[in-house]
Amino acid sequence: MAKVPVQFTLNGAEKAEFIDSGTTLLHALRDKIGDTSPKGGCHQGTCGACSVIIDGELRLSCLTLAETCNGAAITTTSGLSQGGVLHPLQRAFLDAFATQCGFCTPGMIIAAKVLLDHTPDPSRDEVVEALSGNICRCTGYEPIIQAVLTAARSNSQNAA
Amino acid sequence: MALALQNFSTVKDANAALKAAGTRYLGGGTLVVRAANEGDVSVSSLIRSTEPALSAITVSGSEVRIGASVTMAAIARHPDLTSLSHAARAVGGPAIRNMATVGGNLFAPAPYGDFTVALLALEAVVGTDDGEVPIEAFLAKRESNHAIVTSVDFSLPVDGGFRFLKVSRVKPKGVSVLSIAAVLEQAPDGTVSSAHIALGCMADRPMRAKAAEKALLGRKLTSDGIAPALAVASDGTSPITDPIASAWYRNEVLPVHLGRLLLA
Ligand SMILES: Cc1cc2nc3c(=O)[nH]c(=O)nc-3n(C[C@H](O)[C@H](O)[C@H](O)COP(=O)(O)OP(=O)(O)OC[C@H]3O[C@@H](n4cnc5c(N)ncnc54)[C@H](O)[C@@H]3O)c2cc1C
Ligand code: FES
Ligand code: FES
Repeated sequence: MAKVPVQFTLNGAEKAEFIDSGTTLLHALRDKIGDTSPKGGCHQGTCGACSVIIDGELRLSCLTLAETCNGAAITTTSGLSQGGVLHPLQRAFLDAFATQCGFCTPGMIIAAKVLLDHTPDPSRDEVVEALSGNICRCTGYEPIIQAVLTAARSNSQNAA
Repeated sequence: MALALQNFSTVKDANAALKAAGTRYLGGGTLVVRAANEGDVSVSSLIRSTEPALSAITVSGSEVRIGASVTMAAIARHPDLTSLSHAARAVGGPAIRNMATVGGNLFAPAPYGDFTVALLALEAVVGTDDGEVPIEAFLAKRESNHAIVTSVDFSLPVDGGFRFLKVSRVKPKGVSVLSIAAVLEQAPDGTVSSAHIALGCMADRPMRAKAAEKALLGRKLTSDGIAPALAVASDGTSPITDPIASAWYRNEVLPVHLGRLLLA
């Protein structure tokens, strides 16, 4: 299997790796680079657990080939806390009991982050729509939706 | 996963590489990488072209050209394509829409292909390096297509002339029970002067509801006016059966949803 060079920034840090051509980004991140925050749930595009942000857009790392990400800026959940302080979304998920087994949580937080980056003060419907590609089997969604709305409110208060 | 990706800067070179056995074009990868993850070993090599025209949307007057690599998300946010944004938003959740391309949607088997249903009602023309083919003819033979689709071209319908409906069980992003697109023109007296209706999930690929189109001509968009069209809505259909709905159910509910779309 041909090895190909891949270079991108991951949570602001330069990464350069040789990977097998055809490797998914999920596989490259978890098994090669060691960022295990994106989870492999279905590998089918259905669960959203592997969600990452690529150049500002929500994408599924299980369906993205790593070598198509050359030169891209990639953000995962592990890049959100700063200096040991949780991101407001992470804090809100904990406070609202929006995480139970936690498997869906990184993908949920990433999907919510993209929403809040573009729409800082979303309606409930906008939150539901933004999370519609992510499956959670534990919390029943409502605490998750509340957590995202709470994080949005705390953000807008910080900005005010 | 035994896959290798080959990148080409031109469609011409990518087309040449695609002739080798075991190769497949990579659009957004939402179906082809998924198949590889599932263990489909029929594909050993993926081909991709990064030619900029593939990612361009060009609108001049009412004429539109969408490059095959344009994503559903890009269509949904394009200021000149607001009449189609609803159809583009019908495809998957937000992450899927950021990846799913127009080119890939043309090849998506039922229950997928929602945006292609819209393109079929718009009588789009599918472009390759070898020339252009009307979408209906393209869809009929898509399995034997070995050339990279480069674009789709169509004319924007008159204001309010395009209608689209996706029926799903899981809101807001479940797959289709069925989808319907209609491009309608009406004479000043309100009678239908032209009707193009396309259906998704009513066969293994998007199809035209030709009997219903014919039955609408000269009729008004009232309950009585559309009744003959609804009576023949299922003519020629051969719906899929999947975990979402049986073929029987799809045939039963088609006239109901077509009626709602026409009276909307
Ligand atoms: C979770 C999930 C939900 C989905 N929901 C929907 C939905 O609601 N509605 C819907 O319509 N679809 C849905 N899909 C299916 C799919 O995402 C879309 O149909 C999408 O448009 C396919 O495009 P792609 O670029 O990802 O295709 P790819 O996977 O890249 O390609 C699909 C096929 O088309 C061929 N191909 C792609 N581009 C070209 C080209 N330019 N020239 C020649 N051949 C080409 C490929 O070789 C391959 O055989 C869903 C998929 C998933 C995983
Ligand atoms: S692992 Fe990627 S969507 Fe489920
Ligand atoms: S918390 Fe367990 S799947 Fe969501």
